[in-house]
Amino acid sequence: MSPLSSPTDSTAEVTPRQDAMREQLLSDVTACLGAALVQSHINVGNDLCVRVATDAWATSAAALKTSLGFDYFCFLSAIDWMPSPFGKGEEDPTAEREERDTAIKQGLAGGETRLQVFARLVNHRTHVGITLKADVPDENPVVPSWVTVFTGANWHEREAHEMFGISFAGHPDLRNMYLPTDFEGHPLRKDFPLLSRMVKPWPGIVDVEPLPGGGDEDDAEGSAE
Amino acid sequence: MTMIGDRQQLAYIASQAADARVNVELETEGMTLNIGPQHPATHGTLRIIARLDGEQVLWAEPSCGYMHRGYEKLTEVRTFPQVTALVNRIDWLGSFANEVPFILAAEQLMEIEAPPRAQWIRTILFELSRIANVSLFLGDLGVQLGAITPVFFAFRDREYVLNLIEGATGGRFHPNFDRIGGLKDDLPAGWIDETRAVMKKMRKFCDEIENLLFGNEIFESRTRGIGVIPRDVALQYGMSGANLRASGVDWDLRRDQSLPMAWDKVDWKVWTHLDGDSYARCWVRLQETRESTYIVERLLDTLPSGPVMTKVPRIIKVPEGEAWVSTENPLGEMGYYVVSKGDLGPFRVKIRSASFNNISIVPWLLKGVYVPDIITILASLYFILGDIDR
Repeated sequence: MSPLSSPTDSTAEVTPRQDAMREQLLSDVTACLGAALVQSHINVGNDLCVRVATDAWATSAAALKTSLGFDYFCFLSAIDWMPSPFGKGEEDPTAEREERDTAIKQGLAGGETRLQVFARLVNHRTHVGITLKADVPDENPVVPSWVTVFTGANWHEREAHEMFGISFAGHPDLRNMYLPTDFEGHPLRKDFPLLSRMVKPWPGIVDVEPLPGGGDEDDAEGSAE
Repeated sequence: MTMIGDRQQLAYIASQAADARVNVELETEGMTLNIGPQHPATHGTLRIIARLDGEQVLWAEPSCGYMHRGYEKLTEVRTFPQVTALVNRIDWLGSFANEVPFILAAEQLMEIEAPPRAQWIRTILFELSRIANVSLFLGDLGVQLGAITPVFFAFRDREYVLNLIEGATGGRFHPNFDRIGGLKDDLPAGWIDETRAVMKKMRKFCDEIENLLFGNEIFESRTRGIGVIPRDVALQYGMSGANLRASGVDWDLRRDQSLPMAWDKVDWKVWTHLDGDSYARCWVRLQETRESTYIVERLLDTLPSGPVMTKVPRIIKVPEGEAWVSTENPLGEMGYYVVSKGDLGPFRVKIRSASFNNISIVPWLLKGVYVPDIITILASLYFILGDIDR
């Protein structure tokens, strides 16, 4: 086996790992949310990720806060699952563009839409966190606001609004946080080009620094994929 | 209600009545005060718009974005090892601490772990960046209250810690030393003894600051009972770090989660305070700085030998998945939600920085305070502009 192969290949015997604490938590969450819970995923040893129905985005947070003690608001943001039509900006912008994979593939706990909001809550007594996700409708990107549940969500929703163009129903004031008021576009959407990369390709993408202890110098050539 | 509660309530009613009398006698027009973006108390370019009635703040609204650099977008066009050079610059006073959670998240996705020696050195450098960061806060605190001396002490003594960081990593402010799978290098010769000596100096610095400020009448009267954050409010706003612990929440991510780091290998104490006021926040930070010097010494005592780098592929591709790792940074909880699609670089990185949440409480907190207290409250919340705007 080449020393360059990923270290996960070498550990062939994979024992199914258990996470009893998070499985218990998931059953509690399922009981608490009921039909609002769409899909869930346990990231063994690290995290529990649940996807809730869009309409129940705010009510699920309130239910988790009051009945399961998830009272610490960590963050709220969004993900655009569309693969970037511009790649990583590593290639010559004047050259013919190669075909890219445009299939939208959502991450943990699945999903149906291009945009998803996700947030994290923690129970400050048990120190266990939970990641919540919800689909954002493609045509009309509006989800219920969390401001009445967690006041601290105010700024996070303003940020998600300007960066992804998601509206939060019930938010008092969705002004821009960072961008000028007349700014057009939503910078963190994948179809928003990073202009400096459009002008000049990034030279660093192939510039990999030799790591101490990692791979021999001879193998450097073979690994450039 | 207890006796003290009654007395407090009476005093409150009396002060309200006095304010009302003054307002009747000297009715003033409201005024909008603009603090910043270029104001020494804003540590950079935070602008605060405050609507005043006389000396009292009716409402205040911070205006961010003067230093927004779009790191979340930039990470999408970098490879995983290149991202550390970016995230270094989020909280520029404790740079090394910014690299650690990102690297841990990448390692979690790759299912690798740094060798023990690397974990120990990471933890030591992490604590050193905390000491460098918070010692500047302790000095700066005096300046906000009109005491010039502490800041000179802070800059003098912080230099020793920066020299250590430079000695080990090569960079004073932006080490960029953490690698997926370990560290760039081992410690240089003589560094350990030097560090022990500096930790003694830093404890002396903490004592000095404690003697100069804590117990000083002006300091106490300017911070005690000012800017009180109850714990429920703090939790709702996602306050973290010393700000949360000063509101009586006993929660430190270094102790309360299992990470491949060395904090759980040594004995140390999490400091909390029940008051939730400006004084409590400063006091908790002072104690934490002193505690950090002990952590560093104890880690040096138990430093294991061995390599500092595990076997990683030369070109790092991180398997598909999502990982969330957060650590207790000098400013509070700093976390990265990393989404990888099995590529050279991340698909999306959500940077959860401490100051963004910590400062989002400002509109709530400044309501009703007096103008000079704006400065002390902002100072005691302790934010770094790069950590708000990212």
